[in-house]
Amino acid sequence: MRFAISLLSILAVASIIGTVLKQSEPYNNYVIQFGPFWFEAYEKLGLYDVYHAAWFLVILTFLVVSTSVCIYRNAPNFAREMKSFREHVSEQSLNAFKHKHEAATTQAPEALAASAARYLEGQGYKVKHVAREDGVLLAAKAGSWNRVGYFLAHAAIVLICIGGLVDGNLVFKAQQLFGYKKIETRDIPQSQVPAISRLSPSNPSFRGSVQIPEGSSADVVFLNVADGYLVQDLPFTVALKQFRIEHYTTGQPKNFESDIELFDRSGKKIRSATLAVNHPLIQDGIAIYQASFADGGTRLSLRGWNLFAPTASSFTVEGAVHQNATLTGAAGDYTLEFIDFRPFNVEDMGGGDAATTRNAMSVLGGSSVSDKKHLRNVGPSFQYKLRDSRGQAREFSNYMLPLELDGRWYMMSGVRDAPNEAFRYLRMPLDAEGNIDTFMRLRGALLDPALRPEIAAAFARQALPQGERGGDLETKLTHSAEQVLSLFAQGGFQPLGKFIEEKVPAAEREKAAGTYLRILELAGFEALKIADREAKLPPPKADDATGWLVRDTLNSMSDMFVYGAPVYLQLMHYDEVKASGLQLTRSPGKNVVYFGSLLLTLGVFFMLFVRERRVWLLIKPGRALLAMSSAKHTIDFEKEFTQHAQALDSLTK
Amino acid sequence: MELALNQPAPLFKRLSWFDWLFAVIVASGGLFALSRFGDFMDPYEKGILLASIPALGVFGWFWKPFRTLFLVVGAISLFAISQYHGDLARMDQAFFLKYLISSQAAIMWMCALFGLATLTYWSGLLARSEFTMKTGSALTWSAVALGFIGLMVRWYESYLIGTDVGHIPVSNLYEVFVLFCLITAMLYLYYEARYQTRQMGAFVLLVISAAVGFILWYALDRDAQGIQPLVPALKSWWMKLHVPANFIGYGSFSISAMLGAAYLLARRGILASRLPSLEVIDDIMYKSIAIGFAFFTIATILGAMWAAEAWGGYWSWDPKETWALIVWLNYAAWLHIRLVKGLRGPMLAWWALGGLIVTTFAFLGVNMFLSGLHSYGTL
Ligand code: HEM
Repeated sequence: MRFAISLLSILAVASIIGTVLKQSEPYNNYVIQFGPFWFEAYEKLGLYDVYHAAWFLVILTFLVVSTSVCIYRNAPNFAREMKSFREHVSEQSLNAFKHKHEAATTQAPEALAASAARYLEGQGYKVKHVAREDGVLLAAKAGSWNRVGYFLAHAAIVLICIGGLVDGNLVFKAQQLFGYKKIETRDIPQSQVPAISRLSPSNPSFRGSVQIPEGSSADVVFLNVADGYLVQDLPFTVALKQFRIEHYTTGQPKNFESDIELFDRSGKKIRSATLAVNHPLIQDGIAIYQASFADGGTRLSLRGWNLFAPTASSFTVEGAVHQNATLTGAAGDYTLEFIDFRPFNVEDMGGGDAATTRNAMSVLGGSSVSDKKHLRNVGPSFQYKLRDSRGQAREFSNYMLPLELDGRWYMMSGVRDAPNEAFRYLRMPLDAEGNIDTFMRLRGALLDPALRPEIAAAFARQALPQGERGGDLETKLTHSAEQVLSLFAQGGFQPLGKFIEEKVPAAEREKAAGTYLRILELAGFEALKIADREAKLPPPKADDATGWLVRDTLNSMSDMFVYGAPVYLQLMHYDEVKASGLQLTRSPGKNVVYFGSLLLTLGVFFMLFVRERRVWLLIKPGRALLAMSSAKHTIDFEKEFTQHAQALDSLTK
Repeated sequence: MELALNQPAPLFKRLSWFDWLFAVIVASGGLFALSRFGDFMDPYEKGILLASIPALGVFGWFWKPFRTLFLVVGAISLFAISQYHGDLARMDQAFFLKYLISSQAAIMWMCALFGLATLTYWSGLLARSEFTMKTGSALTWSAVALGFIGLMVRWYESYLIGTDVGHIPVSNLYEVFVLFCLITAMLYLYYEARYQTRQMGAFVLLVISAAVGFILWYALDRDAQGIQPLVPALKSWWMKLHVPANFIGYGSFSISAMLGAAYLLARRGILASRLPSLEVIDDIMYKSIAIGFAFFTIATILGAMWAAEAWGGYWSWDPKETWALIVWLNYAAWLHIRLVKGLRGPMLAWWALGGLIVTTFAFLGVNMFLSGLHSYGTL
């Protein structure tokens, strides 16, 4: 018995491990998390898939065996006890009971026995009437179902474990042990996976998944095992016609649905159906579930902007998600890897948290406090990696539509160095027409060394009142402006700050910074005038909006130097192709488990809520002895005994 | 004593006119709902509705005070609903709704009343005043009534937000915490009447107050009281069965833990003269673990059946699932020790108290620290 309790406790503790350590992650993640030494140690212990580890299965087996043995040992006894009325008790042993009550009586034994039997039967007892040489014995019992409950519940544990094992991967483990099957770890097309890593359609039990793009089909699923996978061939083909996401008006997803068609191996259509979450489809004993979704290769048309070119010209790029493209740049070729496309993005457009909105690079990045009132769909975005010639890659996420922040509109591009980081955002201001062209034009002009003297001169002239123009001061101002612009063009605000730190005494730095910023803004406005003139556009209005545009451009350019890519890719058009992630399972153990569960429920109720108890009434001429017993003494039992004792008193009167 | 000698009268003879009135109201309410809203339900939901008619009826016959609770909650909820005129904005305009029985107001009243009841039970316990403790019971009953009204009205409000948003209010942490308070309080009130002793109220109400504290923090600090539409995974009739069954388990286990604490204190002589005898505390502790275990078993099985329909397998070793198993194994071990080894006393009381930690982790900790397939209420 101690063994059973220990087993239950050990099983509980062992189960905890798998909830603390994330299971079945790619092995690389574990290496990063634990380092190579512990990674291997943990792998040996099977901690990445605890619930299928050999030692865990051994504990489970112990539970099954021990419970079976327990049933086997108790069964004969319990069965006998259930049937027996224990009518052979001696008077002596009845007298030794803790719960006994004696009453004197003048009634004839037979008459008292009859009325007492009626009473006990009324209380739910089965009564056996035994004539003894000196009187009558009534042996009564109630609640025998308690014992039945024991059988049901404990047999249920065995059944459930067996059902679970049938659905587990024991068969594969055995095959793997003897070398009949091997896990595939290479990233190769499914059709090239060799037979040793494939499972036949007759495999009795599996649980795998597959992603099918719209308009395509699949006749296999993939089973993730340890650090690789197996290919499970299906007895049919699943074709995906369409995948749909329905949304609530608030933008949260409401339903995921796949219109699918099933074909048999000869290509004949079996049926078409619509799958949804919580509404699986069953075919040939295989259940098909809507499990996830992804992009199925959306085609993207992009406009590329060279961020560091002194011009505002753009180029076009065509691509598709899950495919690569090459960009040729000054610093060598870049590989453009399109990762994902999202037609909807529900973002928290919070109610103006000043601290986070001021810094352009972190506006949307993983806001932890989500005030759901500000959730809004901000439209499509696409994700890509830009890998340089040395193989270094950064990940980008660009929104197609502008976002409103602090009352002004921006194009947003997010960047991060590693997948576990939050995106930092570059925000590019829009002009009055809602385009980034003005930003690009001004950016080009500010980066163009050839225009710098002209910008500086125009700035100096504008900065001075009419009378002071043409003098020494103007030359000095022009010179300063040229210097500021050139520093800014080298790296944004940072070189300017460094310059101030080196050249200006500490006490005056703040003032100098203010002055330089002012120079930059005014020069920026002059630069915009010049850029507009070169582009044969009307001159910019000297209003607040233009002022903000210039200021935002300067901020954005400064961020550009830490953006990590020489190009910005703007999404112009897309042609969406979705993919639906399906899970297919065959689990013959399920019905065994369900049947076990039914037994378990019944058993637990009988065991816990049916009280087993026995009553004996030995009636001799002149006196009656009542005794009562139960395997479990509770307050209810005491109460019931008192009641029976009182009943006896009144019956014997 | 004559009565005890006769067989108990058959059930139907023992029922009073009030029992019958109650049954008729439950049945007509259920059938009305079916005829009015049946078109929006799937067959399973209709089945659940129909099955809940006899279930509620028999439950009311078995536990008499439930009849009054049911009728009061029903009447006031209907009144609240009538005050809306189908317009959610009335929540802040109509007097009754704004201050008393809009879902949020009612739940806040529930919180306040549970807090008051806790204080009252404690002063009654310390002052040995039966009357004060009676007041505690009355406050607890009122809190339960208002909590249920809050949930019923919330159910209605969710449909006012949008017919596709509407759902039973057991779908996120905020809602299930309210449910937890209600179920725990009802289970306690049942034992209180059954054992004719109110002293344990002081202890049980502590755990309810802790939950109330969480509700207030969650609502005021995290703004979690808003009604959110269901994510697709939760859109299933299984939710209506799985979640309440689980919370009967959690509620019972919490009660047993508080009784374990009372037991340990009383054994050391602290409050001993004010609390019921150790045998009584121990007995209720056992009963409540037994009820909890039975319902937790059912809830876990229902969860497995739901998982088989939603996730593609009846058991995925998802952290929440696994922790449910751990809780279940914990109490299975407890029951074995007590029933098979016949052990009683402080060791089991400590174990029951420790069980609260395991239960709380399964209930809350998993949501806070672990991630998995269960999609409601990340903290
Ligand atoms: C997950 C596994 C198990 C669960 C959930 C479980 C559950 C229970 C429960 C709830 C009781 C109720 C106590 C009662 O009213 O009698 C019980 C009784 C009992 N269990 Fe288990 N049990 C499990 C495994 C085992 C094992 C492995 C053994 C054998 C070593 C065992 C032996 C017993 C015995 C002998 C009783 C007493 C029956 C009686 O006298 O009425 N159980 N079990």
